[in-house]
Amino acid sequence: MHRRGVGAGAIAKKKLAEAKYKERGNVLAEDQIVQMSKQLETFKSNLEEFASKHKQEIRKNPQFRVQFQEMCATIGVDPLASGKGFWSEMLGVGDFYYELGVQIVEVCLALKHRNGGLITLDELHQRVLKGRGKYAQDVSQDDLMRAIKKLKVMGNGFGMIPVGGSYLVQSVPAELNMDHTVVLQLAEKKGYVTVSEIKESLKWEKERACHVLDHLLKEGLAWLDSQASGEAQYWLPALFSEIISRDVTPEEANQMTP
Amino acid sequence: MDRFSWSNGLLEINETLVIQQRGVRLYDGDDKAKLDVGVALLSTHRLIWRDVKNHECCIAMPLSQILLFEELAAGLGKSAKIVIHLQETTVNKEPGPYQNSKYSFIKLSFKEHGQIEFHRRLTEEMTQKRWENTPVSQPISAGTSSQAGRTRAVGIVGIERKIEEKRKETDKNICEAFEDLSKLMVKAKEMVELSRSIANKIKDKQGDISEDETIRFKSYLLSMGIANPVTRDTYGTGTHYHMQLAKQLGDMLQAPLEERGGMMALTEVYCLVNRARGMELLSPEDLVNACKMFESLKLPLRLRVFDSGVMVVQLQSHSEEEMIASALDNVTDKGSLTAEEFAKLLGLSVLLSKERLLLAEKVGHLCRDDSVEGLRFYPNLFSTA
Repeated sequence: MHRRGVGAGAIAKKKLAEAKYKERGNVLAEDQIVQMSKQLETFKSNLEEFASKHKQEIRKNPQFRVQFQEMCATIGVDPLASGKGFWSEMLGVGDFYYELGVQIVEVCLALKHRNGGLITLDELHQRVLKGRGKYAQDVSQDDLMRAIKKLKVMGNGFGMIPVGGSYLVQSVPAELNMDHTVVLQLAEKKGYVTVSEIKESLKWEKERACHVLDHLLKEGLAWLDSQASGEAQYWLPALFSEIISRDVTPEEANQMTP
Repeated sequence: MDRFSWSNGLLEINETLVIQQRGVRLYDGDDKAKLDVGVALLSTHRLIWRDVKNHECCIAMPLSQILLFEELAAGLGKSAKIVIHLQETTVNKEPGPYQNSKYSFIKLSFKEHGQIEFHRRLTEEMTQKRWENTPVSQPISAGTSSQAGRTRAVGIVGIERKIEEKRKETDKNICEAFEDLSKLMVKAKEMVELSRSIANKIKDKQGDISEDETIRFKSYLLSMGIANPVTRDTYGTGTHYHMQLAKQLGDMLQAPLEERGGMMALTEVYCLVNRARGMELLSPEDLVNACKMFESLKLPLRLRVFDSGVMVVQLQSHSEEEMIASALDNVTDKGSLTAEEFAKLLGLSVLLSKERLLLAEKVGHLCRDDSVEGLRFYPNLFSTA
């Protein structure tokens, strides 16, 4: 980008260019930036007014949060992009989601040794709620998903895998391709899967099934039960709490994990 | 509460668990039930409740018993609740904790929250009525349509009206909020379009934009949450805000980084910084953009992205060669190491110790033994042979 020319000749030349430009009906970028600055001020005060009337709606009503986010997305605005954004400052949406992000990271870190970095959205939701305590505001699963989407930019492998009508949340940069995902989905009903089941349901050859299962074992996402009657079963700790309606206390959980 | 029956809490063949929530206390009408706080479980067929301490104490009620339900917002010192109005008891109901009750409604008090999702799922199940399609072996579905001319409990009509009024009032508020929001969005959209026009002109060099103006423009984009469409970053990636942040981070992270062997995963930094702030938190993007400026601001920190995609902040003083050499030393010393073992040795996180081992492998100092027992690294004897 060239510097502004200095000297009388350059100034005159510039003025000429500006005049020609304006004559053609185009507005210069500098003028537009000034215009934007003015519009921004107006918008800011409109937003302040909106906030004073409706801030509570956003705080209390999760459907409103969803709608709000979707409207922003439609026009090309990300209200959660920066803590310094107007939306965040005035409507307080930022702190809500960023704090949720911290809580999600902490829960995932605490359980990683057990489930390898894979957890159901339901379990994540329960544990986050528990961590937030009774005096905090309730959060919906949609809120969690939006917070997780934001966490992705920090490159630590956060992602969501659709299984059985809900999602598995991944929090480690393990390589999970379509084959792995489809096996996870197959295991969702019972919490485990066998080579035969994979061969039958997915029509794969044994090698392909074993390759995928080995990878899941290596990444710590699956545990091998070689003593199961019949053939070996590959269990996914991430799916455990889905099928057991009996709640397990932390003490019991510690006894169960190897 | 006399609609509940004792249960073993196990799901039937065609019954699926929909959602469960801890920290729920039951109320018999307006009175606290003679039960402790427990877990409420919603299945496709029943509402189940189990005592947390005494798992034997478990009760259930068919969903068909539910007439209607409403949310009660939390108040001062009071948890949020869902009030469930019930149909008359069926004749063949199994015994439960209450023989009879003067109330025709119960309340679920959510002491640990979760009422939003529970209410949503309950609404779904009561709309879909999946229990009608997949009957289960135990006689848990109570009589329903046979009681078409059932005697409604006194006051139900009044309750329904109250709920309807409350819903209308809430709807009105929401409608107003949405109207105001729509107007706001129209204005926001105008600015998005304006910013695109400006960005195009900057790209095509139409007009003479100074560095200051570019930075100002970027800060406008930041305020509005508009992605920066000008990819050519002659004046650095961020705004003044990010520069400030970068300097703050430079000060704040020195000590923690040194404690952790010179490197921290970005998510760790995010948690650390935001926990310290308490409010006016940083967004993940704020953090990434600030870290990208370390180099141009000549701060002693660097943002680094590994092949795996993991992003870390590391001390500039932390040289690559040192890290690789130390990895090689440690592995040679112990014969072989996994990421977990290495992490324990150095007091690092498993994630980062794995990255160091991978780094050393990349330059050829280590080689791997990849099996289902784990990933183990050995000194690369092939290269020295």
